[in-house]
Amino acid sequence: MSAHIVIVGAGHAGGTAAALLRQYGFDGPITMVGEEPIAPYQRPPLSKAWLKGEADANSLALKPLEFYAENNIDFRPNVKAVAINRGAKTVALSNGETLSYDNLILATGARPIQLPIPGADLDGVLFLRTAEDAEKLKAALGPGKRLAVVGGGYIGLEAAASARALGAEAVVIEREQRLLARVACEQLSSFFKAKHEANGVEFVLAASAAAFKGENGKITAVVLEDGREIACDAALVGVGARPNDELAADAGLETARGVVVDLEARTSDAAIFAIGDVAHRPMPIYDRMFRMESVPNALEQAKQAASAITGRAPPAGETPWQWSDQYDVKLQIAGYPFDVDQILVRGDPASGKFAVFHLKGDQVQAVEAVNSPPEFMMGRQLIGNRKAVSRDKLADPNVSMKEVAA
Amino acid sequence: MAKITYIEHNGTEHALDVKSGLSVMEGAVKNNVPGIDADCGGACACATCHVYVDEAWLAKTGEKTAMEESMLDFAEGVEPNSRLSCQIKVTDELDGLVVRLPESQH
Repeated sequence: MSAHIVIVGAGHAGGTAAALLRQYGFDGPITMVGEEPIAPYQRPPLSKAWLKGEADANSLALKPLEFYAENNIDFRPNVKAVAINRGAKTVALSNGETLSYDNLILATGARPIQLPIPGADLDGVLFLRTAEDAEKLKAALGPGKRLAVVGGGYIGLEAAASARALGAEAVVIEREQRLLARVACEQLSSFFKAKHEANGVEFVLAASAAAFKGENGKITAVVLEDGREIACDAALVGVGARPNDELAADAGLETARGVVVDLEARTSDAAIFAIGDVAHRPMPIYDRMFRMESVPNALEQAKQAASAITGRAPPAGETPWQWSDQYDVKLQIAGYPFDVDQILVRGDPASGKFAVFHLKGDQVQAVEAVNSPPEFMMGRQLIGNRKAVSRDKLADPNVSMKEVAA
Repeated sequence: MAKITYIEHNGTEHALDVKSGLSVMEGAVKNNVPGIDADCGGACACATCHVYVDEAWLAKTGEKTAMEESMLDFAEGVEPNSRLSCQIKVTDELDGLVVRLPESQH
C-alpha cells in the first residue's frame, strides 16, 4: 500500500506541494484540506488585479479544479484541521472526520493581526488575506468612497494604489515616523511616500488608531490616540500577520513564532513537514533562522518537502526575494538586510529608477530595486554567491551590473 | 484555443490545448508541466518562466518589452530565441507553437 500524504492548508504552499509530489513521481493518495471554499490560488494579485477587476478566482487558481481529481488529490474545501495525534498519526478535522497519514505537511499559513481596539467588529473594518476579504474590500472602493488604511506596509500601500485607480480616496495611517518601517530602508520609504502623494494618497504618520467609530454598526471613522478622527467608509487593517502554528504547538512540535523546520522543511517530528508562511526555517546564506511571508518562500519549501518525501535531491539553496507593484513602479527585493554596515543608493530616486544595496563589508546582503531589473537580477546572484564587490563600482550607475559582478 | 507543445529539457513532450487569452506560461503551469516555475505568477518579476521559442514562431509571439528584455539579459542560458513565457499571450494564431524549456530556471 502506498503511503498517504495529508496536506493541511490549501494556499500557495499546500497547493504547490501537492502538484510537485505528482511531478516528482509520488503516486500514492494525497488529501489536501483547506479552510477556504476554493482551491489554491495566487494571493499577491488580491491587493492589485483583483481589486481592479482584472482577475478573479478562476484566473488566479494555481490549477484548474479538475486537476485535483484527475491527479488523485482529494481536495477538501471548507474544512479545518483541529488536532494532530502524532502517536496514532492521525489528524482530526472540524467536520468530525479523522484522517490517517504517513506524512503530514502543515501549510496553515498566517493570519492578519487584529487591532484590539473598540469598534474592531464594526462592518467595514476589513483585512486582506483571502479572496473573500478582497471581494469585501473591492465592494468598498469606488468613486466617492474613502478608504482608511491602518498600517503603511506593502499590503496597505498596494491597496491604497488600487483604491486610487478605482477613483476612491485613500488615507494611510502609520504608527511609525515613516512608511514600510519594518520592511524597507528610509530611501525607499521616502520614494513611495512621494509616489503615493503624487497620486493623491494622504498620510498620517506617527499616529496610532485608538478606536473605530461607527453608526448603525458600520464604520464612519478611525479615531486616533490624540483624538483626531479620520472619516472613512471602510478601514483596511494591514499591520502584519501571525503564523497559524497553534495546531503544531498543541501537538508538541517545536515552534518559535512559526513551526521550526530544517532544510528539508521537516519539523521536530520526522513524519511532519511545515512549509510557507507558518514555517520558521534556516536560511544558510545568512546563517540564521527566520520566518518569511512570500510566494517564493512557499514555493521553495514546497520543493524541499516534496523532494524529501520522494527521495529526490533537495533544491539548490535559494536567495529569497519578493516583489511589489504600485502604480507604474515595479519593486523587486532580493535578500534581507541582516548585519548591514552600509546602505548604498545606485541611481537617482528622482528619476524613478534606482536601487538600494545593503552591504556587509564587501558582500551584498540585500537589494531593493525600483524599476531596475539588472540591479535586481545581478544583486540576487551576488547575494547568493557571496562574491565580493567594489563599492565604488556599485555606486556608479555608469558601470554596468555585469561589470560590477565580473 | 491553440495547440502548444512544451518540450522539457530531457525531451519529454507535452502537447496541450491552451485557451486564447492565457499566457504560454499559464498553459504550462495549469497543466503541471515540469520546468516552468513562474514564481511571480506572471508579473514579469522573476524570470523563472524562461523558454526557447521555435525559430519558425518567433515573429508570431510578438515583441519583447523593455522589462522582459532586461530581465532576460540576466537569466541563465539565454539565447536569441529566449522569451519569458508569461509575456506571450496565446491567440488562435499560435496554434502549433513549440517551446523548449531550459535545464533550470535559476
